[in-house]
Amino acid sequence: MLSIKNLHVSIEGREIIKGLNLEVKAGEVHAIMGPNGTGKSTLAAVVAGKEGIYEITKGEITYKGKRLDDLSVEERAREGIFLGFQYPVEIPGVTIVNFMRTAINEIRNYKGQEPIGAAEFLKMMEEAKNLVGIHSKLTNRSVNEGFSGGEKKKNEIFQMAMLKPDLAILDETDSGLDIDALKVVANGVNTLKRPDNATIVITHYQRLLDFIVPDFVHVLYDGRIVKSGGKELAIELEAKGYEWIKAENL
Amino acid sequence: MEVNTNQLSLKADLIRLFEDNSDVLLAGETTEMIMHRKKAFELFRQNGFPNTKMEKWRNTDLSAAIKENYHIYFDPAFLEGIDLKTIFQCNIPSLVTDVISQLNGWFVSENGSLKKTQDGVIIGSLQAAKKHHADIVNQYLHSIANIEKNSLIALNTAFAIDGTFIYVPDNVHVEIPMQMVNIIRHYRNIFIQNHNLIILGRNARLQLLQCDDSVDQQRSVTNTVTEVFIGENSSLDHYKLQNKNNNSTFINSAFFNLEKNARLLTNGITLNGGMIRNDIHVTLNGEHAEANIMGVYLMDGSQHVDNQVFVDHAYPNCFSNELFKGILDDSASAVFNGHILVRRDAQKTNAYQNNKNILLTDKATVNTMPFLEIYADDVKCSHGTTIGQLDQNALFYLKSRGIGDDNARLLLMYAFAAEVINYIGIEPLRIRVDDMVKKRLRGELSICDQCVLHCSSKEKPVHFEIDMSKI
Repeated sequence: MLSIKNLHVSIEGREIIKGLNLEVKAGEVHAIMGPNGTGKSTLAAVVAGKEGIYEITKGEITYKGKRLDDLSVEERAREGIFLGFQYPVEIPGVTIVNFMRTAINEIRNYKGQEPIGAAEFLKMMEEAKNLVGIHSKLTNRSVNEGFSGGEKKKNEIFQMAMLKPDLAILDETDSGLDIDALKVVANGVNTLKRPDNATIVITHYQRLLDFIVPDFVHVLYDGRIVKSGGKELAIELEAKGYEWIKAENL
Repeated sequence: MEVNTNQLSLKADLIRLFEDNSDVLLAGETTEMIMHRKKAFELFRQNGFPNTKMEKWRNTDLSAAIKENYHIYFDPAFLEGIDLKTIFQCNIPSLVTDVISQLNGWFVSENGSLKKTQDGVIIGSLQAAKKHHADIVNQYLHSIANIEKNSLIALNTAFAIDGTFIYVPDNVHVEIPMQMVNIIRHYRNIFIQNHNLIILGRNARLQLLQCDDSVDQQRSVTNTVTEVFIGENSSLDHYKLQNKNNNSTFINSAFFNLEKNARLLTNGITLNGGMIRNDIHVTLNGEHAEANIMGVYLMDGSQHVDNQVFVDHAYPNCFSNELFKGILDDSASAVFNGHILVRRDAQKTNAYQNNKNILLTDKATVNTMPFLEIYADDVKCSHGTTIGQLDQNALFYLKSRGIGDDNARLLLMYAFAAEVINYIGIEPLRIRVDDMVKKRLRGELSICDQCVLHCSSKEKPVHFEIDMSKI
């Protein structure tokens, strides 16, 4: 589904990702771990298509056989890529209902489908709300405005449930969450798993992986994946700490 | 009777016109009123039109507009052959209003120049009201429109003959909103000066909609003055919709006087216009008076809008809140100048002021100047101003969910403007303004055949049919 070959990314002339390779197939859950400042969020932003400061200097990303460079941010989303934000953006005045309706209809339009009917939309909202345990009228509020950290992250998973992406990249979704919120988020991700979709979980801590069991764990260090393995690698990392990785890569 | 300005400068022409026609202009006035208007004329003769060397006019330049020649009417003779019914019909679904029509600054009606309801509410022509309700008119007219500080107010005071007159007596709640529709339609350049007088007695209530429109691309200058008196415990909701052509110069000065416990909401939606200047003066003239003064402006091309707001806290325990938001595209320009005066005895004043702007291009400009002048020591006052672009992080967030660039920008712009639009308390009106703002932001709104409110009637309104209460 996603294939990244020898990716190099610079921010303002400084190389952040230095030759990264990654293969993600349908049905798989990948965890990307690593210390702060090693390029995890840069990788997520580049796959989602964030413009501006990121410059791909070398390498190639293909998704479902298409070169991602050729697709705008919104086209990537319409093709099924979803980025769960580390810091979800507050947008005063835009309600979640309007936001999701617009997004779903643009995606449907892109696929040549009719706009969603009101009844179907309401049913989807209800299901997505239940999935992440939003019981208030949160959905009628402005996007993320005045939300607590936990509410913002739940709202990311809520949107994921609404959009049903093929490839979800969750960037530090666990940061700032207490254990209950973490369980809610993990349960959402696990429930949304299908044989034909894939998830990349980016995290600093092993804690989230107690609840979302990955098929593969990759350690990102200094812009490269320096170690890959099964879920036991995450446990080993937790025990030995990132110093272990740093020592090996000096 | 009609005259042209075409010989000297506009100022010189106007001086000559006044001198030659003062018998017509001042006909039927009381001695006191004649003296006041002659004094106003002398002030204009001394000061002429405002220019950019004056602090309050530094960023709004009238010189191009006053170089042109104009046609001026001293009576509504142009009305012959015009079908008023078709011009002034307004078709907002489920918005029922009492329409008060003004054509080229003159009150027009097929049912007489004054109407009095069973409750004692009087609506009609100011010129007629001067004759038939002199006791009321003379008590209020020209009493708060200060001619000393602004020569355009002086000019209007000297020249204006007609306009709209509304009188709501004590204890009357007017149920149906009134809608002043001011249309300019003429085949030549026209210079309009009208004067509106709106009076609410005690415990009265009124919702007033003021629509200012052009129907074609003809050049015009409008110098209009509105005096509004809101009596003790009374409440006025005032909505202004401004959709003028790019050849219009529209100078709109409004004076509001609020007595004890009076309440005002004035909300101006500026959608289009070559040059628009709104001078808003609010005097809180009794304890516990409350004023919300709002505005949103969406300008593009080389349009210019200038909002000058002066709030005078003359008594303790009053509240005022100003919120003005603007989106400027192309090389459009905007000015905001907010002045709050808190007098020495006006303790426990709450006064807030906010002006926020989004510039969509490098060429669009905003000049914003908050000014607080506070002489009391126990007050809560604040001011804030922002000028920025659309939030790039928010744009990325919306696009990362599949929303295209155009729609993402539209959502953000609309959300920005909605904060002001949401203050509109008449629901069918809010829905229509909502639609118009969306059209304006998409670049699909033009000045219309007729009234500003007709604009989206040719299209099906877009509504999302989900019952929000179930969500």
